[in-house]
Amino acid sequence: MQIIKSLRKFDLALLVLSVAVFAVLEVLIDMRIISSFWRLQIILIGINVILAASLNLINGITGQFSLGHAGFMAVGAYVSAIMTMWYDLPFGAALLIGGLAACIIGVLIGIPTLRLDGDYLAIATLGMGEIIRICILNIQAVGGASGLTGIPRLTTFAWVFWIMVITLFFLKNMINSTYGRSCISVRENAIAAAAMGINTTFAKVLAFAIGAFFAGLAGGLFSHYFSIAHPSSFTFLNSYNYLTMVVLGGLGSMTGSITGAALITFITAALSDYPEVRMIIYALCLILLMLFRPQGLFGSQEGSLLLRRLMNRRKEAKANGSTLGNN
Amino acid sequence: MKHLKKIVCASAAAVLAAAALTGCGGGEEKSDTIKIGTDLEMTGNQAAYGQDAMRGAQLAVDEINKAGGVLGKKIELVSLDNKSEPSEAASAAQKLVDEGVVAVVAPNMSSNALAAVPILNGAKIPSISPGGTNPKITVDENSGKVIPYSYRACFIDPYQGKVMASFVADKLGKKKVAILIDNSSDYAKGLAKFFTEAFTAKGGTVVGTEAYLQKDTDFNAVLTKIKDLDPDFIYVPGYYQEVGLILKQARAMGITVPFGGGDGWDSPTLAEIAGADALAGTYYSNHYAIQEDNKKVMDFVNAYKAANNQEPGVFGALTYDTIHLLAQVIKDAGSADPQKIADGLAALKSFSGVTGDMSFTDTHDAKKAAFILTFKDGKPVFADKISAD
Repeated sequence: MQIIKSLRKFDLALLVLSVAVFAVLEVLIDMRIISSFWRLQIILIGINVILAASLNLINGITGQFSLGHAGFMAVGAYVSAIMTMWYDLPFGAALLIGGLAACIIGVLIGIPTLRLDGDYLAIATLGMGEIIRICILNIQAVGGASGLTGIPRLTTFAWVFWIMVITLFFLKNMINSTYGRSCISVRENAIAAAAMGINTTFAKVLAFAIGAFFAGLAGGLFSHYFSIAHPSSFTFLNSYNYLTMVVLGGLGSMTGSITGAALITFITAALSDYPEVRMIIYALCLILLMLFRPQGLFGSQEGSLLLRRLMNRRKEAKANGSTLGNN
Repeated sequence: MKHLKKIVCASAAAVLAAAALTGCGGGEEKSDTIKIGTDLEMTGNQAAYGQDAMRGAQLAVDEINKAGGVLGKKIELVSLDNKSEPSEAASAAQKLVDEGVVAVVAPNMSSNALAAVPILNGAKIPSISPGGTNPKITVDENSGKVIPYSYRACFIDPYQGKVMASFVADKLGKKKVAILIDNSSDYAKGLAKFFTEAFTAKGGTVVGTEAYLQKDTDFNAVLTKIKDLDPDFIYVPGYYQEVGLILKQARAMGITVPFGGGDGWDSPTLAEIAGADALAGTYYSNHYAIQEDNKKVMDFVNAYKAANNQEPGVFGALTYDTIHLLAQVIKDAGSADPQKIADGLAALKSFSGVTGDMSFTDTHDAKKAAFILTFKDGKPVFADKISAD
């Protein structure tokens, strides 16, 4: 009971924190203290956090090496755009349908490919991402190679921020649930997990489906922000980019995914003044980070855990100090 | 203590980030330069086009500044890279708005321009896409209204169909044309449609229309059908990969009549696929051609070559013209205020550049002559300059 109570309190604290962050950013944006370029980057960070966190569920928590995240994002981007453009659905419903479409594709592709593991799965998902992209490229109804244009610009900072918060909250609770723990057990040792009666295929497909759903949501936000959905935004290089965010932050750490997504988006934006050397500096940053933190910024741990440990140690130290003082 | 250090580091990083965020939001300061932004494809898939365009822009700016600038001020290029991606193009456009540029050279690739234009238009900054041919760049597809701050420095694709029709009817004097369309491309269908309309209006007949698909490699069946129609000209408005094979197979089959196409033919690869012999007696329309007897064009070509050690491409020439056009508009308006520039563009009477004399149509497309090129020893050479009306 004690633990559950403290967890709830922790959730509440997080919610208050996110409201506060939202309020501060919203005020900064409204007052135009943050320039419009950085406003766009903040929205991009939000979208990338959703993508990185959902990819982390597949790659970090469940240990399945997927390289097809941009493909799911593309499905969400196009389906939700079609919903708002052709069927005049409200934005929220369109996003949800986009996410569900990506989720269905995730399940359909997940069932056969998740029998593979390691490198084989990576190659299969890479192929899947490319197949989705090339299919879109050849469907003339959605613009083919010239992309789907004229999408209403509905994505606002509030939409991105709250969908990001919901995503993170959902993923955090999912990881701490029975399903999440069975996903972790698959990562740690699939054979042992199966021997303990865990349906490993189910756990893998579940992680894949949930990851795809949120990638679809992010895709919808993306296409409704830039008012264009174009196949070149969903290449395997983009999938690599999201993977980089996850690995940089630390595979298996949600805090890591958030930091990784924010950091990489920030570096890319900050270097946009130097197009010639941008990729070199970007790559150097990654190499240096990997040299000094090969396990990623956070390893597989959560920031909250580190914080709590730190606080506990302080408390202990204080307690020790006070007992010492008493003595 | 160790942890304390980490916390200090983390908060220092946060403060730095915050400083960077707010630091970039500074107001516009008065400067003694006129800032023109470029949002071009410097890296990524279409980098070859973007870099050609950038070299053209830089050359134009150097020339203008050497001659004393505009309104006594020097032009400063704020060059951003859009990585050949629509989202990056939008992001770069946003940044240019923050930088306080007075006008923007919008991306050359239509998809990137389509992402950048709404942002620039929203900020009331005039933009010109040198080579973006998609009609939606200047006309909003939902409302059908012209986007007030968006222009292009080239004609749109269908215009090439009209131009080729008048070249074939008036200059070559041909009456019976067969058309071979790339059915998987809107570009080819648009060209064919406008060619047919203009050609029949001039009294010619289109004796037959056949189709193929992109990535096809064997065209013997359609070519046999066309041969039986006995046309005296064949119009193939496709892309160079298939066109190269079509020309080669047609010549091998004994079809000797001239062929024609659009700027989809414009690639050195065409000669490699078709072979120099098959290209004899073929014509295509384009935005720009090197004319040996035109001093203005040759001066540009030589200056470009001297600065970059290579020949300018279509995008280099169009972007070079775009910068000179903006400079002329700023000079005529007597002000580098974005609104004044936009008004100046709307009222532009004429501008004379290396890609020809131009003004803008009601839909903000460039109204100018197209170039017809033919092949000499496998190399494209200037054949004629045609305006459709």
